[in-house]
Amino acid sequence: MLSDSDRIYQNLYGQQDWKLAGARARGDWDNTAAILAKGRDALIEEMKTSGMRGRGGAGFPTGMKWSFMPKQSDGRPSYVVINADESEPGTCKDRDIIRNEPHKLIEGTLIASFAMGANKAFIYIRGEYYNEAQRLQFAIDEAYNAGLIGKNAAGSGWDFDLILQRGAGAYICGEESAMLESLEGKKGMPRMKPPFPAAMGLYGCPTTVNNVETIAGVPTIMRRGAGWFAGLGRPKNAGTKIFCISGHVNNPCNVEEELGIPLKELIEKHAGGVRGGWDNLQAIIPGGASSPVLNKAMCDTQIMDFDSLAASKSMMGSGAIIVMDKSVDVVKAIWRLSKFFKHESCGQCTPCREGTGWMMRQMDRIVQNKASLADIHLLEQVTTQVAGHTICAFGEAASWPIQGMMRAFRPEVEARATDYQPPVQAQAAE
Amino acid sequence: MAKLTIDGIEVEVPNGSTVIQAAEAAGIEIPRFCYHERLSVAGNCRMCLVEIEKMPPKPVASCGQPVADGMVVHTDSEMVRKGRRGVMEFLLINHPLDCPICDQGGECDLQDEAVAYGRDTSRYEDDKRSVAQPDWGPLVRTTMTRCIHCTRCVRFTTEVAGVAEIGGTFRGESTKISTYVEKALSSELSGNIIDLCPVGALTSKPYAFTARPWELRKTDSIDVLDALGSNIRIDARGAEVLRILPRINDDVNEEWLGDKSRFSVDGLKRRRLDRPWIRENGKLRAASWEEAFAAIAGKVKATAPQKLGALAGDLADVESMLALKEFFAAMGSKNIDCRVDGASFDASKRAFYLFNTTIAGIEDADALLIIGSNPRHEAPVLNARIRKHWLDGGFKIGVVGRAQNLTYEFDHVGDGPQALQALLDGTHPFADVLKAAARPMIILGAGALARPDGAAIHAAAWQLAARFNMLSTDWHGFNLLHHAAARVGALDLGFLPGEGAMDAKAMLSGGAEVLWLLGADAQAVRNIPAHSFVVYQGHHGDAGAARADVILPGAAYTEKDGTYVNTEGRVQQAYIAVKPPGDAREDWRILRAISAYLGHALPYDTLAQLRDHLRAQYPVFAEAFRRFAGTDATGPAGAAALGSGAFAPLLANYYQTDVISRSSPTMAACVATHYPVAEAAE
Amino acid sequence: MSQHAEPTSFAFHADSLKLVEKAIAKYPEGRQMSAVKTLLDIAQRQMEQDTGSAWLPRAAMDVVAACLGVAPIRVYEVATFYTMFNLEPVGKYHLQLCTTTPCWLRGSDDVVAACKKATGIKNFGETSADGMFTLKEVECLGACVNAPILQVNDDYFEDMDAARTTALIEDLKAGKPLPPAGSLAGRMSSAPAPGQTSLRSNPSAGE
Repeated sequence: MLSDSDRIYQNLYGQQDWKLAGARARGDWDNTAAILAKGRDALIEEMKTSGMRGRGGAGFPTGMKWSFMPKQSDGRPSYVVINADESEPGTCKDRDIIRNEPHKLIEGTLIASFAMGANKAFIYIRGEYYNEAQRLQFAIDEAYNAGLIGKNAAGSGWDFDLILQRGAGAYICGEESAMLESLEGKKGMPRMKPPFPAAMGLYGCPTTVNNVETIAGVPTIMRRGAGWFAGLGRPKNAGTKIFCISGHVNNPCNVEEELGIPLKELIEKHAGGVRGGWDNLQAIIPGGASSPVLNKAMCDTQIMDFDSLAASKSMMGSGAIIVMDKSVDVVKAIWRLSKFFKHESCGQCTPCREGTGWMMRQMDRIVQNKASLADIHLLEQVTTQVAGHTICAFGEAASWPIQGMMRAFRPEVEARATDYQPPVQAQAAE
Repeated sequence: MAKLTIDGIEVEVPNGSTVIQAAEAAGIEIPRFCYHERLSVAGNCRMCLVEIEKMPPKPVASCGQPVADGMVVHTDSEMVRKGRRGVMEFLLINHPLDCPICDQGGECDLQDEAVAYGRDTSRYEDDKRSVAQPDWGPLVRTTMTRCIHCTRCVRFTTEVAGVAEIGGTFRGESTKISTYVEKALSSELSGNIIDLCPVGALTSKPYAFTARPWELRKTDSIDVLDALGSNIRIDARGAEVLRILPRINDDVNEEWLGDKSRFSVDGLKRRRLDRPWIRENGKLRAASWEEAFAAIAGKVKATAPQKLGALAGDLADVESMLALKEFFAAMGSKNIDCRVDGASFDASKRAFYLFNTTIAGIEDADALLIIGSNPRHEAPVLNARIRKHWLDGGFKIGVVGRAQNLTYEFDHVGDGPQALQALLDGTHPFADVLKAAARPMIILGAGALARPDGAAIHAAAWQLAARFNMLSTDWHGFNLLHHAAARVGALDLGFLPGEGAMDAKAMLSGGAEVLWLLGADAQAVRNIPAHSFVVYQGHHGDAGAARADVILPGAAYTEKDGTYVNTEGRVQQAYIAVKPPGDAREDWRILRAISAYLGHALPYDTLAQLRDHLRAQYPVFAEAFRRFAGTDATGPAGAAALGSGAFAPLLANYYQTDVISRSSPTMAACVATHYPVAEAAE
Repeated sequence: MSQHAEPTSFAFHADSLKLVEKAIAKYPEGRQMSAVKTLLDIAQRQMEQDTGSAWLPRAAMDVVAACLGVAPIRVYEVATFYTMFNLEPVGKYHLQLCTTTPCWLRGSDDVVAACKKATGIKNFGETSADGMFTLKEVECLGACVNAPILQVNDDYFEDMDAARTTALIEDLKAGKPLPPAGSLAGRMSSAPAPGQTSLRSNPSAGE
């Protein structure tokens, strides 16, 4: 188990002072200028060496992402945008960073922005996090007043402005190009790529969007060294991660753990185990709503990191673990996610606008035991007509939970079909 | 340039092109709903999916995908077909499939693509979405259940028309293309969204349930309701023109058409002069051609030639004006004029009265001064070109005249001609803008020339052009923006008073004892003194006919082959789509007939002969269109002083400006909608 | 669509205007549209202050469009796209109940029932007869390890169950103010309820 000293977020639960004084006591803002003095290239190299992969869901190597930003400006400014639009069902890790470790995020944003040549950064926080936004703005003001950001930020010679913008209720704004649209004052509708944000992002300028947890980890990585971070976890799956364990566990919680921890160990050590014991486990969604669900057999041996979950045809996503015990109607649980995706589709492109509602209605039929086998197969086809055909990855996000359900629970789902006939063999075995 | 292979065909296209454009260049058509060459790329319909080798194994929207050297594209692979079939199914699950009662039927992109990619039955068992049908005013009919959310209408109104009123409201499957607050569309270009809508969500309200496309006889022609010469297609069934649509001409109207030009068609059926009339005892009575000719002959023969006058109106074709000019010349009269608005300016050189920069040339300019014109009303399609170039950036615009919403930003330089003096003196800061520009241009409104100081304004505007580098070997920045479709043709014919002869003002104020009005319907004709004998030759019962002593029924522009010269000096042919109503005849034929009746037979019996004659006499009608150089800086005469009064709008409203649009119930409805106060005041 | 009355006019108060100016000034020249959501939020909060109902009349959207120098339709698009703008009046207490899977697994159905019973509201989207409460079903609020979540106006109330929900609403009906936001089960933020399993070297000051 990860030792406390290797945990980045010492104030994850808000046990201590979240303000500047408390943050400083935990080592934040300790000679930040010395970190920036290493220079842009060295910082990007350090991030590459650390093995940090984006904590927002896609797991893209952070240092490489930073390196896509122009080294020399063509006259346009560069921007860094922090994705604090935490909305993936099951996920509430950034919330804890924002309210309890805001200065880690602010300092990390300064370092990242410097490394990417951006004098201005934006934090886009979901609108519902009203109290969290208040607290973050307070911390930003503290940092300005202390000279840590603003002109000659932290005495580094680098000018840096940080602007907090609140969303107003739209999951899709967590998609990076939708977030840029929203920041510009438009509807949060994803853009076509190319051009990618690093070439043409916010206001048509080079932009990198990073997740809160990715960036808040940066100061610690810079202080303790890339080697320290890379030494945690498993190859290509380095470091620590905040896991959000919700659903049918005895003690739902957030906890920072090492990547590569077995799912079972994670739940039993920190969340008090599955309600009614491990054997009462039915299914787990391991990485937020869009990650395909795992059945118990899969969970028994699942390792929690990017590559292990990808090998199980699911994904690490945001690290949100939704646990379901045997009392749950899994189809209904997935149906509720379909309802979520239907509600959150931006409506821009055809397959998603029309397909998310259709998928939800087909799921509804199965929940109500009104679906035939043909209906179930139609549902599967609809998911393949949506996924891979949309402007952004929402099409996949909405399809994968259903496809995952069919992979992990096909017999259970088909058994509910109105025209289902148990296989002859199974009858004989009874 | 990038070389790529599409379906085995090698094609080379400029870098920055998209795959759909490259396919077009290779002669491969890719289905699309949201993509449109003249609008920004939305990428939302997902119909134009293609497969590209060495990219992630999923289909790519070709409309937004930039080409790359060596790219290998497949537009008809199994992956592509599956993708498109899927998209088509999604588009149809909430589509009402009410083709039998949909006006788009037969010319519907969704229908066409459904044939290629649709299923024979629907797999969607739930209720279709219900959507309200908002009222967008008298022109555009909405049936939003059919909407496929391609956002072409949103992009057109926002980008091209510059009047942002339509948007995508709400989200997900509740997305509605709407104005949110129900309102009539106020753009003069709103009808174009009907053409752009790939389905039957937006159709023509006046044309609703009128005809099926396959019943229509299509005639390519030229619009005459402003001086742009927009290229149009006239759709007729039997003797009736049912609708008018734009044709593509990148040099003139791209593929847009103003609402007046599109929707005035119902004016072609109303208040028509379909037989000759003679005024007897103060009242008009129906007459035969013979009676009408006899009445005219009696009067003309009793009148001295120098008391005969002729005026050519705003919609006249070149052929009839030539015939009229030569008819009067044969009778010994040089009292002819085309400037019924009373304008008087030096038209001795073509460059003095043309839009020399050319419409497409606007896109080469880097500064623009608009003088006494509201191009948004006087030539909405040209105005869209100005806006398009303004959106490109770096195009600075100044306005002398009334400051109003032109759909782009401008510096308001002044209200009246004194501002021209300030620019000439260099005392107004916009002079610096013009000075700094490499290719500045001026648009002088025709209305500015109808003032008493019109000639001086004309001269001052030219001086500005000369002063600010607008006249050079490769650039001509002086432009007159006409509103009357007939005007440039008339000026090219020299349809102007001869030496010592009467001009329009003199003729209209009683100088002419016999006054021939060829479709001249300006307000001034109402006040022609009683002693003048007025012959009105035209197609609508309007101001001219009301004052006339004899009415000769002519043909509207849809009813004759005619030549028109647009404001740029572009000679274009209109073609007959339907026959003139009743006893009405093509105008040149009427003139040919009366000339013979009076013993001055014109030397042509057929249109071909007339045109040969025209080209021989006026070589400009034989020349190919070209942009003039501004090498000759000698300006027009205009000695009089500039006045001080502010420039007044040329048009009281956009919708009713001529006999056709004034006869159109649809245009009347537009005026009632958009000018409610003015209406009440009248 | 509800048949509510739309006010014919709206104007920002002086203190709201200061916020508006501050919001616009945050963004680069010519990018004032970036402030649109903030301005709509300011308008909605002013409505709450003035009328007790946090909603966004059309007149306010038009004022926001004028402040930003954009066509009103661009503001309508934004106001209708994001769920936090209330296009019709809501009660003094806007109860937004998350029923997405993590909350549902932890008993949000019970919380729904308790809300309905305590407020007398029959269906989501309705306002109680006394105008005190509007009940809405919302999607994931992002506090899933503290599920179920009931958001009342700006505050999250966490670890809800039927009894806590009923007590909360009854208190509000009795005129009591909203309690401090957070877990109504008394646990510390997102830590395991019985106590920390990590960061034990960094316990809370109270422990």
